[in-house]
Amino acid sequence: MGDVRLMKGNEVIAEAAIRCGCDGYFGYPITPQSEIMETLMIRRPENETGMVVLQAESEVAAINMVYGGASCGKKVMTSSSSPGISLKAEGITYLAGAELPALIVNIVRGGPGLGTIQPAQSDYFQAVKGGGHGDYKLIVLAPASVQEMNDFVDLGFELSFKYLNPAMILSDGVIGQMMEKVELSDYKPRWTDEEIEKISGSWATNGKKAGSERNISTSLDLDSAKQEVFNHKLQAKYRAMEENDVRFEKIACDDADYLFVAYGSSARICQKSVELAREKGIKVGLLRPITLFPYPTKQIQEMLGQVKGILSVEMSAGQMVEDVRLAVEGKVPVEHFGRYGGIIPTPEEVVEALEEKILGK
Amino acid sequence: MTATTEINNIISKENLVYKKTDVLLDNEMHYCPGCTHGVIHKVIAEVIEEMDIQDKTIGVSPVGCSVLAYNYLDIDWQQAAHGRAPALATATSRLMPDKYVFTYQGDGDLASIGCAEIMHACNRGENIVVVFVNNAIYGMTGGQMAPTTLEGQVTATSPYGRDCATTGFPMKMSEMVSLLPGTRFVTRQSAETAGAVRKLKKAIRKGFENTREKKGLSFIEIVGTCSSGWKLSPTQSNEWMKENMFPYYPLGTLKDE
Ligand SMILES: Cc1ncc(C[n+]2csc(CCOP(=O)(O)OP(=O)(O)O)c2C)c(N)n1
Ligand code: SF4
Ligand SMILES: [Mg+2]
Repeated sequence: MGDVRLMKGNEVIAEAAIRCGCDGYFGYPITPQSEIMETLMIRRPENETGMVVLQAESEVAAINMVYGGASCGKKVMTSSSSPGISLKAEGITYLAGAELPALIVNIVRGGPGLGTIQPAQSDYFQAVKGGGHGDYKLIVLAPASVQEMNDFVDLGFELSFKYLNPAMILSDGVIGQMMEKVELSDYKPRWTDEEIEKISGSWATNGKKAGSERNISTSLDLDSAKQEVFNHKLQAKYRAMEENDVRFEKIACDDADYLFVAYGSSARICQKSVELAREKGIKVGLLRPITLFPYPTKQIQEMLGQVKGILSVEMSAGQMVEDVRLAVEGKVPVEHFGRYGGIIPTPEEVVEALEEKILGK
Repeated sequence: MTATTEINNIISKENLVYKKTDVLLDNEMHYCPGCTHGVIHKVIAEVIEEMDIQDKTIGVSPVGCSVLAYNYLDIDWQQAAHGRAPALATATSRLMPDKYVFTYQGDGDLASIGCAEIMHACNRGENIVVVFVNNAIYGMTGGQMAPTTLEGQVTATSPYGRDCATTGFPMKMSEMVSLLPGTRFVTRQSAETAGAVRKLKKAIRKGFENTREKKGLSFIEIVGTCSSGWKLSPTQSNEWMKENMFPYYPLGTLKDE
């Protein structure tokens, strides 16, 4: 057993960043995620690993600092909550357009507008379908425990460097503020200049090497023909993610007649709902997408011969349910149940919704 | 002897008095004739060569006519979103403190949409050089009003002349940033004569030397022309600049610590 502690989700993001060899964090305070930067400021990783931590003047500046750092081949990240992520949307599409790796953490709160500081999952569309302009995709990881907050920092960087694409941890105020047991990762040293040269030498803007071409970090190409070719390349990359990096978890699915599909904290609630429903004799299982992009479409389709109906449970007015319906193609009933505006559904409410919306049919 | 052989005889090492720096690439420039951007590019390239820092310099280009600056200087470049160059440069310089990082920004980019980013980079005293090209107009998008557009100046979005009562006053960015303790060197230069270019080069060199000595932020404003946006010939533009821009944006060094 390694370093096991009782910690808050947000604090774990900070700790995991230091331990995974992150080079830089750039953020701006916003509830319910300010503990991420506060923890980093207390920890002073600049003295320990050399990691740079900087409070930017805005989320716009923070994400553009990330763009600058990522352009150097460094492991850099930012974190925010919903209103701040809207401001970062510009920088995020530029990162995608320049094919830069970076990690963005969104500890989602209820909206729209300034909304509430309470947890929600109403930024699914923004994370998975766009948010910024242009045909781009983020790699989106949805942790359902404090342990996964730890694990997905490293995984997020790994996938973003694998595909040269920004990755987002889409969490919410429940997981961010919740205290749980966590086994922290072992320390990995930050990459040396030589390692960066090996990993990112062909694109990193860290000084033109004598005898080699200069590197340019840009998302601009005024030639439409070239821009289309580039877009084809991006699309091929997104298809490769769908082919190779879908992550999901199935709970009590083997004998299930019905299925919950839920991610993050909703999945935690549904785990309890599965137990409660089974006590009542309703054989329901849970499919938990861990990657929201790439989405476990095939894994949902594989359940279709078996289950008679699916309930998508989300703390939103119904966003992920659209992806479930796209996967199901009308073959079985798909309904949505959600509480929103910062209200967290109870496991009992979820079972009632299953009975009413799916079994009642 | 034909004319060409005669020229070829003249072009020889012994006769060489001037050579284009290799840091400036041979790509054909997209700038309009007489545009100040090209001259400034050349000066930066020369300083990089003379200081022998080509392998250690990272340029951050803006959104504006100089968005394609990366086509002309043979160094590593980052192309920033509109106004955000100082944020990119902040991270780049902090993550690679031994490098020379400069932003190259127009007046729309720096003084309007990127006002927050430049103010805070200056306030933090980032160890970077800011090259600020003030041509009192949005060149790239077709000559609209900029925060630096002079009172009464006609632009595409101030067709009856800038009315300061409703659109605000031309912003003196150098004066503003010189008030921030984070800036070490703030100067306003121009590039319309050989003498002015020599002074400009000295200023840019000083900026990069400040980076080397980890002195903090050097802010170099260049009052320039935009003949296309101003709808004047290149020579008329220089006259107009001297008559109208220089009195409002006086040349000289505001701060050197
Ligand atoms: C977010 C965003 N808003 C607007 C634009 C359009 N735009 C491109 S360049 C520019 C103005 C550039 O003016 P300036 O910075 O003065 O540079 P110049 O072309 O005069 O050198 C604008 C508004 C853009 N590209 N991005
Ligand atoms: S539009 Fe103005 S700033 Fe742009 S290249 Fe032409 S002269 Fe220069
Ligand atoms: Mg301009």
